[in-house]
Amino acid sequence: MNVATRPAERAPALAATRLRLPVGVLLPVIGPLAFLALWQAVCSAHVVREVLLPTPFATLAYMVDALVHGTMASDAFVTVTRTLLAFAFGAIVGVPLGVALGSNARVYRSVEFLIDFFRSTPASALIPLFILFFGISDANKIAIAGFSVLLIVTFNSAYGVMNARKTRILAAKVMGASSVQVFRDVLLYESLPQTFVGLRNGISTALVIVVVAEMFIGSDQGLGHRIIEGEQVLQVTDMYASIIVAGIIGYLLNVVFMLIDTRLIHWSGK
Amino acid sequence: MIAGLEPTVALEEPFIRVRGLDKSFGGRTVFAGFDLDLPRGKLTTIFGPNGCGKSTLINMLSGLLRFDAGDVEIGGRDVRSARIGYVFQNYRESLFPWMRARENVEYPLRVRGVPRAKRRERIDELLASFEITLDLSRHTYELSGGQQQLVAILRALVADPEVLFLDEPFSALDYEMTLYVRDKLQTVFLETGLTTVLVSHDLEEAVYLADRILLLSKPPTRVVELIAYDTLRPRTTEIMADARFVATKQHALDLFRAEMQR
Ligand SMILES: Nc1ncnc2c1ncn2[C@@H]1O[C@H](COP(=O)(O)OP(=O)(O)O)[C@@H](O)[C@H]1O
Ligand SMILES: [Mg+2]
Repeated sequence: MNVATRPAERAPALAATRLRLPVGVLLPVIGPLAFLALWQAVCSAHVVREVLLPTPFATLAYMVDALVHGTMASDAFVTVTRTLLAFAFGAIVGVPLGVALGSNARVYRSVEFLIDFFRSTPASALIPLFILFFGISDANKIAIAGFSVLLIVTFNSAYGVMNARKTRILAAKVMGASSVQVFRDVLLYESLPQTFVGLRNGISTALVIVVVAEMFIGSDQGLGHRIIEGEQVLQVTDMYASIIVAGIIGYLLNVVFMLIDTRLIHWSGK
Repeated sequence: MIAGLEPTVALEEPFIRVRGLDKSFGGRTVFAGFDLDLPRGKLTTIFGPNGCGKSTLINMLSGLLRFDAGDVEIGGRDVRSARIGYVFQNYRESLFPWMRARENVEYPLRVRGVPRAKRRERIDELLASFEITLDLSRHTYELSGGQQQLVAILRALVADPEVLFLDEPFSALDYEMTLYVRDKLQTVFLETGLTTVLVSHDLEEAVYLADRILLLSKPPTRVVELIAYDTLRPRTTEIMADARFVATKQHALDLFRAEMQR
């Protein structure tokens, strides 16, 4: 009896191990596939008219074609370039500014409200203001996205410095480090994890603002322009394809920053 | 009083000299007119009730914490011009995790502008003299707790300090590691004869390691007694059964109990 029950007990476990490998590999694909299946189902059931929602296959095929033969790639390139320029401006000014503000608590206190206020103000609400000052130029889109990045990065870097472990600063001091050395060897590193949170948020925000700016600040290039144009002249397939490309760009930027983050800040959370 | 009858402790030339030290936190007085003399080349352990100001005291002695009034001299000079080694209770929060273990140990030399080759030489010398084997090419968070605290101790020793301060250096370690690091600390002390001040919350440990046990009262904090315990080194755990050890510990415990009942 003992012998008879054992294989039965073991069977589910075996089945589980046999299943585990392929399922484990496939898990991340399940969500996207389910999404495409749902999309297809909505199309097949004619819940939505085809002029408003093309099939996933038609959209993806159009996207590839537009990227390879059409102007989609150059629009994507313009959007990415604007995003990176805005990000670079915000980061290059924001990190040193944040670190400087953070290392002087009194100075930071005095500007904290301003930074918090503008950080909490939707950047899109400032678009008309930027149009007044910069006109509807290319620089405008970069300026407003850069401004948003600057606020986010400054805020996070300042917080990183202010929340540096007191013990490490004391340790450096008791070892004879000058205040410049404490700053360079301890404060800067202590602030890095938080600075990176700022940079990652910054690049995402830069993309969001650039795409919005491309929609509303007279533009003849860029994914934002393409999306709004697709909607207005009812080229919906182009619109969906542009949205997906924008999504892919956002995702890739995030992945790149996450990789840099884990490699550069290897001690984080340890 | 006849000089010959004074306790031996009072005859020693003080190396750390504290006079009229005042310190309070937001109206709560911890030290008021506090005086203390600690001898050169001895290991002094500080023991006292929780919150009596042990950490506060060594932080002031080492120049980490400002005091409201009074004088602290080390070797006849102001603390700020003395070379201090300090080992924090929490190695995780005091080591630099972005540096490798070796860079951590080197740091006090680096801030003094000692060239790279010299720094290496000094560290190899330290490791050899204390018979410590450690993979210093690792990042600190890859090492065990005991190894990390050893890195912290080496870092405190590398620049040849005049005094070594340790604030409950074993309290974040498990028992096995405590025994190991404690042994290494004894080796360091034997090899260098460095004036050492160690805070402990464990009376047995405080006596075991000490030449002098500084027993503190509840705040406002006074010196209850500076107890001498001169048993030869190296000491092993067997001395804990020794009559002098037991008597010294009992004496300290009696004083501590009496102090708690005040
Ligand atoms: N930074 C501080 N701010 C306010 N009170 C403090 C501070 N540091 C220590 N104290 C107080 O001073 C007393 C002594 O603290 P501490 O030196 O840490 O005690 P011990 O190390 O003996 O346990 C305690 O009552 C503690 O609450
Ligand atoms: Mg303490």
